[in-house]
Amino acid sequence: MSKSITAKDLNVYYGDFLAVEGVNIEIAARSVTAFIGPSGCGKTTFLRSLNRMHEVLPGARVEGQLLLDDDDIYGPGVDPVTVRSMVGMVFQRPNPFPTMSIRDNVLAGYRLNGARMSKSQADGIVEGALRGANLWNEVKDRLDKPGSGLSGGQQQRLCIARTVAVKPEVILMDEPCSALDPISTLAIEDLISELQKEYTIVIVTHNMQQAARVSQKTAFFNIAGTGKPGKMIEYAETSTIFNNPTNQQTERYVSGKFG
Amino acid sequence: MSQTQQQLTSASVEGPAGPARQNDFDPSSILRPTSLTQNRMPWWTGLAVLAVSALFGAALSSLISFNFALWFVFTAVLYVMISYAVTRAKVNRRQARDKMWKNLVYLAFIIALLPLFSVIWSVTSIGIPGLLEPGFLASDMQGIDGTTDQRSQEEGAPVLGGIRHALVGSLLITLTATFISVPIGLMTSIYLVEYARGGKLSRAITFFVDVMTGIPSIVAGLFGAAAMGWFLGVGNSLGLPLPSRSTMGITAAIALSVLMIPVVVRTTEEMLRVVPNELREASYALGVRKWRTILKVVIPTAISGIAAGVTLAIARVIGETAPILVTAGFVVSNNWNLFQGWMTALPVYIFRQFQNPTSPNFSDPSHQRAWAAALVLIIIVMGLNLTARIIATIFAPKKTGR
Repeated sequence: MSKSITAKDLNVYYGDFLAVEGVNIEIAARSVTAFIGPSGCGKTTFLRSLNRMHEVLPGARVEGQLLLDDDDIYGPGVDPVTVRSMVGMVFQRPNPFPTMSIRDNVLAGYRLNGARMSKSQADGIVEGALRGANLWNEVKDRLDKPGSGLSGGQQQRLCIARTVAVKPEVILMDEPCSALDPISTLAIEDLISELQKEYTIVIVTHNMQQAARVSQKTAFFNIAGTGKPGKMIEYAETSTIFNNPTNQQTERYVSGKFG
Repeated sequence: MSQTQQQLTSASVEGPAGPARQNDFDPSSILRPTSLTQNRMPWWTGLAVLAVSALFGAALSSLISFNFALWFVFTAVLYVMISYAVTRAKVNRRQARDKMWKNLVYLAFIIALLPLFSVIWSVTSIGIPGLLEPGFLASDMQGIDGTTDQRSQEEGAPVLGGIRHALVGSLLITLTATFISVPIGLMTSIYLVEYARGGKLSRAITFFVDVMTGIPSIVAGLFGAAAMGWFLGVGNSLGLPLPSRSTMGITAAIALSVLMIPVVVRTTEEMLRVVPNELREASYALGVRKWRTILKVVIPTAISGIAAGVTLAIARVIGETAPILVTAGFVVSNNWNLFQGWMTALPVYIFRQFQNPTSPNFSDPSHQRAWAAALVLIIIVMGLNLTARIIATIFAPKKTGR
């Protein structure tokens, strides 16, 4: 379980528009890496290119290499669906399936793919995933109730449980706490540091304290101006980025001078 | 009032800028009244005005010749005018104008509802006796001729004959049309929403669906007859055992599906579009293929709207007369076979009973059957609309569950 990610000279395009340019990054397995930067700088675009989710928009494509351990996920003949089953994703707004119960939401990765399993196997997966997402004790008595009846923070943990249930190699999180209150945010952050023991985690956040709290390494993205491509400015240990950045833009951003 | 206001004003204006100007005008006096209750009229004002205008309306209309329509018109006009005048005198012009427009809007709404209630009232009151006739729903028109009706009208014998064959025909034809249109319409809208990326093809489809919506129903009927005629001609020339005449239930179903497909496309497209993109992305992110996502996430989420839309489309075509008349014809006996022989639908039955009474000289029994059939048709359409709402509520994604 858990793979490393290596990007080599990665350019992400939307049609003719170059959205992210020349990213070189090595993300170690079983670590938390945070992407920070001002809005529109391409960090979400780059994150979505890590599991080929950006391709749901017409005209999106990528140049360069993106290696999951040693396999190029943009190599010829690679099925994006397989990539996405290995690289899970948690979104900004909690999005449990409204037609499904809590239990079915956790099993969604299996059920939607038509996988057959016995009830005891399913129960095992549900309990394991919900325990993994620190949600088991709160919902164990109402697994058959709709997932949309939970609070926002619980819904987000349900989404994480749903992602964990299919045992991905990597979990991508796109501002997972920006729609949540501080208590729920704390719960998610605790969860992230536990998940790190088993998964490679990449998290986009606008909250620099959060990046400092949860991540070992941080990448700072910036954009030169509207219409220009976003670039990765600096990538280093989180403590270095926040305390002793080498790049002046990074220093100005983390000290709150812009962005 | 002006005393205190002036004191207040001069006090508030006085300041370092200079001495207070006397008799200064306070801008707030044109903005707000001096007491909190000044601009309100007592709650019974509206009722009083209504009573007065109803009284004068009755008086005015009886000057000409009293009837309810005239009374209603006079009352409405008087009510709008008097309430404007009263509000203007008691409150102010702005509120009076507001009141007038509000009254006009309510009036327009009532006028729009009048035909509906009028139709329901007249069809119910005239149709009930025919509907209560024993065997009306259970018998067809086989063996009912002029002498039967003459006996009913002249000697008071019970009106015989019923709508069983028309009910069966309407049911079979509409259900078949639904089975043809729903898959085609649903798949078209899935293509438009999920696969088309705003290309030429999708714009062309949208345009032609809009054109189809406007096809006159008789043209759809002629198309159905012509298409089936051509198909049977080709089939017969190849020696297939097909009927030679195109007049049968399935032809009517095809004609109706031409009318139904655009409605289904439009409503289901709307329903698929409101499914949040986040749900599709959540499904993709779990490694689920696109067609499975559509089948298991998008359609279940939108199923309530889709079902409601389909039910409304059925309600829309079940009342069609012309296309069924030219494709399935009209018979007096029951026919369960869609692929052989003529078939009657409820609207065609009503049309025939009115236009060509079974006994031309003694038409009352025929008219009674027509009104009763119309009542049944209205009940069916209203039932379908109600079903659509119930379906929408039952299948709607559950919101609570704490």
